Amino acid sequence: MADPMKIRASAKEGVTEVKVLMSHEMETGQRKDSSGNLVPAHFITEVTAEHNGKQVLAAQFGTAISKNPYLAFKFKGGAKGDKLAVSWVDSKGDKRSDEVLIG
Amino acid sequence: MRTRLHALVATVALGIGGTAVAQGSTMDEIAKYREMLADGNPAELLEMKGEALWKKPRGPRSASLEQCDMGLGPGKLEGAYAQLPRYFADTKKVMDAESRLVHCMMTLQGFSETEATKNWFSKPGQDSDIEALITYIGGQSNGAKINVPARHPEEARMAKVGEYIFYRRSGPQDFSCAICHGQEGKRIRLQDLGKLTSQAGAGAAMSTWPSYRVSQGAVWTMQRRLIDCMRQARWPEPSYLADSIIALEVFLQKTASGTVMQTPGIKR
Ligand code: HEC
Repeated sequence: MADPMKIRASAKEGVTEVKVLMSHEMETGQRKDSSGNLVPAHFITEVTAEHNGKQVLAAQFGTAISKNPYLAFKFKGGAKGDKLAVSWVDSKGDKRSDEVLIG
Repeated sequence: MRTRLHALVATVALGIGGTAVAQGSTMDEIAKYREMLADGNPAELLEMKGEALWKKPRGPRSASLEQCDMGLGPGKLEGAYAQLPRYFADTKKVMDAESRLVHCMMTLQGFSETEATKNWFSKPGQDSDIEALITYIGGQSNGAKINVPARHPEEARMAKVGEYIFYRRSGPQDFSCAICHGQEGKRIRLQDLGKLTSQAGAGAAMSTWPSYRVSQGAVWTMQRRLIDCMRQARWPEPSYLADSIIALEVFLQKTASGTVMQTPGIKR
């Protein structure tokens, strides 16, 4: 199973800022290993974020995004103590969801 | 990794493109680049993973590492890394964070040394428990002052040995650490080398390890950093946890003492 994400979310003056670090190899499918064989592609394809169960972000990811992606975004709304959940799905169908309370 | 490395290098190059090529402004641009990266330092992921590994019962004895004594008493991690290497009466040896961690994995969890150190550094697709654990242990000293006075006779001896190695020229290129790290303001390509013989220079370096190396896509431990520098000096590479590396660490930490730890760091 994939390693947990690190999520920080803080609300200020009606806007919530979210910072997410995802643990993922993000293999492009173009890299060769030490014996010269292509390393198969394996990367996050979709990222979504929900505030108290309502979607506030949906993003498509691809191979141009680095290993261990970092994503920061802001949305209108959100208050201290609300739930903020982030999920991703990758090209092999692996998934990961993590949740924090907005601070 | 290669392609990513190139993409990152391109980013740096773009950042620098418009400015004068004077060394000062190049370094400013690199500092900016670092600042941009620092907000999402991937080492924080490894720190979380290391914490979970520390607390999880593992190994033939199915024990956690929570009773491990990193120098301040069993289970006391806060500030421990900043005071290593130090002399340990139970092993009668001067040990650094990594050799002490391996010692705990062997004595508490029952791993053999080979098992414990098998993946001491990560490769693409192959994680390293030691890297994660050391990132966590290092992070527990964040904000603490490096404090390695090397007063115990064994520590003082290791500091001397480290100093000797630092200045000794050897190998096919007749290199020493001091040739690369003994002067102010020197660099190789875009990398600041740092004068490791002053408190400021050694402090800036030592306080930021373990560090995420963007070019490698991985956290490097101090052992890995120094073993790789020996390779850069074209010396024979010592084995992991070798006394020569620990001696260099004592010398560098002693010089850096008083500097506040800011780890995990992020570097090129
Ligand atoms: C050929 C030149 C060279 C030699 C010789 C060399 N190093 Fe290095 N060292 C480097 C480079 C290049 C870096 C990486 C700088 C960077 O990427 O920012 C480095 C980084 C370091 C760092 C981390 C510095 C920081 O600011 O994080 C330490 C500590 C260090 N070296 C110690 C040593 C020791 C001890 C020796 C002798 C065993 C040694 N080096 C020999 C070139 C050298």
